This record gives sequence, C-alpha cells and structure tokens, in this order.
Amino acid sequence: MASRKESSGAAGSGFGASKGKGKAAATGDSAVKQVQIDGLVVLKIIKHYQEEGQGNEVVQGVLLGLVVDDRLEITNCFPFPQHTEDDADFDEVQYQMEMMRSLRHVNIDHLHVGWYQSTYYGSFVTRALLDSQFSYQHAIEESVVLIYDPIKTAQGSLSLKAYRLTPKLMEVCKEKDFSPEALKKANIAYENMFEEVPIVIKNSYLINVMLWELEKKSGVADRHELLSLASSNHLGKSLQLLMDRVDEMSQDIVKYNTYLRNVSKQQQQKHQYQQRRQQENMQRQSRGEAPLPEEDINKLFKPPQPPPRMDSLLIAGDVLTAFSTQFFIYKC
Amino acid sequence: MAATAPAPAPAPPAAAPAQSPTAAPATPAANSTPTAAAPPPPAAPAPPPTATPLSAALSGPFPGGRVVRLHPVVLASIVDSFERRNEGAARVIGTLLGTVDKHSVEVTNCFSVPHNESEDEVAVDMEFAKNMYELHKKVSPSEIILGWYATGHDITEHSVLIHEYYSREAHNPIHLTVDTSLQNSRMSIKAYVSAPMGVPGKTMGVMFTPLTVKYVYYDTERIGVDLIMKTCFSPNRVIGLSSDLQQVGSASARIQDTLSMVLQYAEDVLSGKVAADNTVGRFLMDLINQVPKIPPEDFETMLNSNINDLLMVTYLANLTQSQIALNEKLLSL
Repeated sequence: MASRKESSGAAGSGFGASKGKGKAAATGDSAVKQVQIDGLVVLKIIKHYQEEGQGNEVVQGVLLGLVVDDRLEITNCFPFPQHTEDDADFDEVQYQMEMMRSLRHVNIDHLHVGWYQSTYYGSFVTRALLDSQFSYQHAIEESVVLIYDPIKTAQGSLSLKAYRLTPKLMEVCKEKDFSPEALKKANIAYENMFEEVPIVIKNSYLINVMLWELEKKSGVADRHELLSLASSNHLGKSLQLLMDRVDEMSQDIVKYNTYLRNVSKQQQQKHQYQQRRQQENMQRQSRGEAPLPEEDINKLFKPPQPPPRMDSLLIAGDVLTAFSTQFFIYKC
Repeated sequence: MAATAPAPAPAPPAAAPAQSPTAAPATPAANSTPTAAAPPPPAAPAPPPTATPLSAALSGPFPGGRVVRLHPVVLASIVDSFERRNEGAARVIGTLLGTVDKHSVEVTNCFSVPHNESEDEVAVDMEFAKNMYELHKKVSPSEIILGWYATGHDITEHSVLIHEYYSREAHNPIHLTVDTSLQNSRMSIKAYVSAPMGVPGKTMGVMFTPLTVKYVYYDTERIGVDLIMKTCFSPNRVIGLSSDLQQVGSASARIQDTLSMVLQYAEDVLSGKVAADNTVGRFLMDLINQVPKIPPEDFETMLNSNINDLLMVTYLANLTQSQIALNEKLLSL
C-alpha cells in the first residue's frame, strides 16, 4: 500500500512537474501545453521502426487524434511507406486519404494532428523537417512532431519527444525570408526554434487489463540494458555525428564570412567609382563639356547574395539537441 | 511422421531470453519424445496441460505451425477497436497480418473490419478488408493475411461463416479470440485453427482446435510495454515519461531487489530451511560464472578511464555549445 501511494505520489508530482515545465517552455501563447499519447500509439511507432527502418533511413507516419482544451490527445497513428525509387508516382496524398477514410469507418479518430519521425542518434533538425512541420502547423494550429529515438530506446529508456515550432519561427517561415537581416530582426536563436511539449501516456482501463494479462502470461525477464557499461560504441557514433555537424557549421560560417568580406569590398569599390566620377565630372565641367550621365551605380555593382542563414541555425539546433539528448544518459 | 517436426521448445527463445541457456540443453532430451510436449520453459505461457494432446492433435498437414506468436501491439489494437465499436455491436472483428515461419506464425499487425451481425445473418465488408490490406502492404510488403480476430469469449456459428470468408484469403487461417467481456475476471486470449469434421458425404462441420499462443517482443517493444504498464499503477492512468536519472535509479533498485532475493534463497538453503533444487543451483552457477574474473584494481582503472572518456566528450560538447551561443550573440550585434 505504501509503495502504491508512493508511486501515485510520484506520478502526481511528475504530472505536476511536467505541466509546470510545459508552461515554462511555451513561449507566448502556444496552443498546446501537453501531449497525451495512448499506449497503442507508442507500440505502433516502435513496431514500425523495428520492421521497416533498419539503417540510416527515417520512418515517418501520421498521428491521429483530437484536441481537448490545451491538451493534444493522440489516439492512433498509421505509418507512411518509404519513398522507394521505383514508383515515383506513388500518390502520398491519395494513400493518406484512403487510410483516413477507411479508419473513419471503424470509428478511429480521423483528425490529423501531427506526424512522427524516427531519428538517427538524435540528429533530426533538417530543412525537410522544418518545412513539413511548418506546413502542418500552418494548416493545423496544434500539430506536433513526435521524434522517436530507437537507439536510445534500445538502451533502456523510451525516448519520445514532441516538438512544435515557436510562434516566432512560424512568422519567419511565413515570410520565407531567410536572410540574415530578417532573422536578426526576429531575434531567433537556436533555442527559440523548437519548443518541446511534455508528453504523458494514458491507457484505458481495458488496456490496463490486457497489460496485466500479458504480464502474467509472458513474464519475460527484466532487461537491464539501462545499466550496461558498454556504451562506447554509441558514444563513438554520437561523437562522429557531432563532428560532422560541426564541420558543416564551420563551412557555413566560412561562407558567411566571405559574403561579409565581399560586401565590404564592394562598398569600397562603389565609393571609389563614385569619387572617380565626381572628379571626371569636375574636369569636364572645367573644360566645358557636358557631364557624364549619372549611371546607376547599383546596376554596376550587384550586391552579392547573402547566404540563407536558416541552414546554419538548423545545424546549430541539430548539434545541440543531438548531444543534449544523447550524452546525458552516458553521464551515469 | 516427418511432418511433425521435433519439439516446439525452440519457439520460445524470443519470449524468454534469460532462460535460453537452460532451454537449449533441454531440447535434445525432448527430441526423442515428440509427443511429450516440450518441458514447459520456466516462463510458462498459455495452457501447458493441454500441450500434450495438442501436439498430437496438430500433427498432420498444418504447415502454419502449432504456435502463434503474438506481438503486444496487436492486442492493443484489438482492445482499442473494441472500445470504439459501433452502438449495438456486441463484438468486433478484423484481419490479422503477419508472417509465416516453418513452425510458427507470427502476428505483427492487425486492422479492424466493419461488420454487421444479427441473429440469423452476418455481413462482413470484405471490400474494405481488401483495401486496407493493400494500403498496409505498401508500408510493410512482407506481411500477409494470416487470419482474423474477434472479441468475445466464444465461437459462434457466425464465426464459422466468417472463417470461411477468410479461408479464401489465406491458407488455413487462424482465428484469435480476445475476451473483452472479461469472463471469469480474466481476459483470455486464445487462438484456433479450423479442421473439418463429420461424416464425409453427409453432415460436415468445422471444428476449431486450439493453438498455443506465445507473446514475443522486440527489445524496444519490451521497453515500451514496460513503460506503458506503469499506467496500471497510477490513479488516473496517466504517467509522464520519466527522466533518465529516474530510470537508472529504478533499474538499479530492481537489480538490488533481485540480488537480495537470490541471496536470501541461498541463505535459506544453507541453513536448511528450503530444500536445495538442482536447477536453481545450476542457474546460480551460471550467474556466478558470468561475472568476469578481473582483479578489483583493474576493474577500477577500466571504469575510471571510461568515465574520463565520457567527461572529456561532455566537456567538448559543452565547449561547442558555448561557442555556438557566442556566435549567435555576435551575429545579432
């Protein structure tokens, strides 16, 4: 009885803490403060990755559910087939429509509330993800993207996180303007790109009964990978990924620096040209000739294109989410 | 006959990984006596007492095997579709998908199919079933239709009809019942295969013979199920995902408990309170032998160097993080 109270107390405090965290994480007035997932969805996602996603590929799928107050309830999901090389004319929209129509027949919630994706060693912040999440969030205010990390889960702790784009980032994406000035104006740092929404898992009573049955019948021994000390393999791979990302980032920085240098060089050239023009004009005036027409200097000197800063932001975000999730578990 | 492959004991390795070292020596003994069904592995699933007539009964042309391996996601799906059934429907049915092995059938997925059942007729939307199967095939091309499931604890006459529908789709389909009405306060999960019976030429019928059901998990599934199971203990059936430190703490506590149990048992045997059991003794021997023989100083050095590696990596990562933060600040100036 004491242990029961303890666990309910822990669950209660965990619940309260996660709600508090939710409020702190939400910037401004985010529509979703908590995500509630059915056990069934968790199992389905795990199964999907296990069967179809070996290797570096990501597996994706759609989440279905509904919104209750400020809570997003995810009650079901279905996987998306992977992009195969052969049928390029595979109609994703049609597949989705068909699936949702069929699910509606059997009374499964057919409202689209988000999508899920698996990740490789914790790095998932890519342009594609950003675009997809933006289009989802634009269409459906409360959608989230669930990131499932299978490698970390295999090590002992289910790793499932829900992310949304912050309102600031939504604004920037709407403008589609990724130049450095726009980003500076919006004051976006990598921390402001995604916000994490706390997750709780909920099961119905009948599912609990089923789980008890399973527990009785199967009685599989406890897995203790969580306490395994042999983590050097994963550590090596994570470090490799981190280095790759940092390389990309440094390349991006070099590009930006060259751009800045080009801009300043160009300014100098413009300045010089203007001065020469003025001098010439003065000379001509002194000789009594018509001054040269003022040419549009801007046409002569085309300003170099500023590189899109979005990619560097993305990479930065990627690096940081990757190691913050991965490395903590090794610290034990 | 040759069709009766030797003991079904090889089937449980997925379900009982910890006990595999002892299951392996047991099988050669069982090989010689195929009818005496496998010495039930310590984690005895489904009905062991009926296993003996079972293996004899299932000898014959049943290539699908006598063991049905079930993934928990299938059960969760079935229960969920039962909860969402239409008004007035007493039960739900659906299709089972999975793969066939030489000795067993592994059910990995399922979807529910709308159907109407009344006193004297039953209508199943097979068109829907076909469509859904096509859609599912796009995602997992290796899954085939294995049979069908129904909630409710009995097999009715309608089941026979539905089973016939499914015989057209799959060879020797399996029928799974999940008792959601909780008769006998248990949710019994049973699997059947049909066999024709009766007098040839005159009254023919179909008999449903039971199969053993085993639960198999992928590793990650095991961890997922463990986590989901925690909702059983929470008052409002809700749990948050615990932080990493909490999980390490609880895992260590669990190991500590099991170790103290083992120690207690050893003490009891030594003091004579409990009769010594040879099999348990062998387990304990294996356990002790698994601990590698390293002198403590070496172990400490290894552990420390490992920790040093981790600390260095964490330090580097933090350095990178502060560098990036600085970078951002500079850019926004």
